[in-house]
Amino acid sequence: MTDASSPALPPSLAEIRDDFLELGESDRLQLLLEFSEALPELPERFRDHPELLERVEECQSPVFIVVEVDGGAVAVHATAPAESPTTRGFASILAQGLSGLEVATVLATPDDFPFELGLTRAVSPLRLRGMTGMLARIKRQVREAAAA
Amino acid sequence: MPVSPDPSEKFQTYAHPERLVSTAWLEEHLDDPGLVVVESNEDVLLYETGHIPGAVKIDWHTDLNDPVVRDYIEGEAFAGLMGRNGIARDTTIVLYGDKSNWWAAYALWVFTLFGHEDVRLLDGGRDRWVAEGRAMTKDRPNREPVEYPVVARDDSAIRAFKEDVLAHFGKPIIDVRSPEEYSGERTHMPAYPEEGALRGGHIPSARSVPWARAANEDGTFRGADELATVYREDAAIGDADDVVAYCRIGERSSHTWFVLTHLLGVPRVRNYDGSWTEWGSAVRVPIQTGAEPGDAPLR
Repeated sequence: MTDASSPALPPSLAEIRDDFLELGESDRLQLLLEFSEALPELPERFRDHPELLERVEECQSPVFIVVEVDGGAVAVHATAPAESPTTRGFASILAQGLSGLEVATVLATPDDFPFELGLTRAVSPLRLRGMTGMLARIKRQVREAAAA
Repeated sequence: MPVSPDPSEKFQTYAHPERLVSTAWLEEHLDDPGLVVVESNEDVLLYETGHIPGAVKIDWHTDLNDPVVRDYIEGEAFAGLMGRNGIARDTTIVLYGDKSNWWAAYALWVFTLFGHEDVRLLDGGRDRWVAEGRAMTKDRPNREPVEYPVVARDDSAIRAFKEDVLAHFGKPIIDVRSPEEYSGERTHMPAYPEEGALRGGHIPSARSVPWARAANEDGTFRGADELATVYREDAAIGDADDVVAYCRIGERSSHTWFVLTHLLGVPRVRNYDGSWTEWGSAVRVPIQTGAEPGDAPLR
């Protein structure tokens, strides 16, 4: 995948994608694990308020997301249990890759970005669909927050 | 050389006590020659976060499923997979995994399609091992590759296809999914929406026994008497000698297949792995909605 074929991919996500594609397939799993371990903790204001978070139904494991838009910049927060490292890894990539971007940039992120990470064989397309669902819900929340 | 079975008293009430091992037994036998521990999870990364020392990882998606056709791998790929992981034809395999052993039971069932004789489940699975504070490691074992013979997969004994299910009407069928999936309110289990089907409901005459009714709170299997009540009485399979189980994609029903075959000793149990994702999208197969099983269609 080159930048020319996906012009809308924000540099932060493009960098994550390139990091994955530089590696062999089994090392990509290792990198996903590192992302999983690096999922930022929820900010305190959300920790005791699960009702403010949205469950990502497309994921097999319980993962919850919440998006904030402040001054045109997007912040993505997510939480998922330690027993679900794959889901945590997906959430971490999106939280780290999308936070700090402008609303329009997040909304322009290609919906099939998860399939550009070179994980289709190592993780399976079925599991990647969970990440697609996560991205779709983040974009919808961004749209709603920006309109509010 | 097979490893001798776990003599735990609990297991003696089952039809085939040698098919289960306890966490305590496994801890003692981890270094036994001729024994390989296999972890098989829903989450493809869970093994990497830590596993039972010496355990190898086999993934249901990436290792056991054919990447193109909706089917399992063939004999040659299976032989490669086993050999690479240091498993010989006479190796004792102990399987364990997340989600109360769903995927471990699924792997065990696939291994059985290839006739691997000595396959056992860790009672309580990964969660129990972790809850008891037993050793975990991130180190990958260095298993010496061995020769595993190329054995043709035999689907006839324990696998049912859609046509087999149609021909099975009149004999017991067990639906292992959640009550909402069974009634047709939803075509996928709560929180698993991506593997839906076009229609909701269940195969007519199938009895609903969600897989979890076979398990205690801690994920271990219920005793033989309790299991007999659940399946022989509540699900009315009685002394039937030929049962088909299905769920959504065949993983939860592998768990039930294990219970019926190895713990209750039902002579012929087949897992319909096409399950609801096939049946609920197939053209002109009978479907029953609602909480009642409904009658088996006349053939």
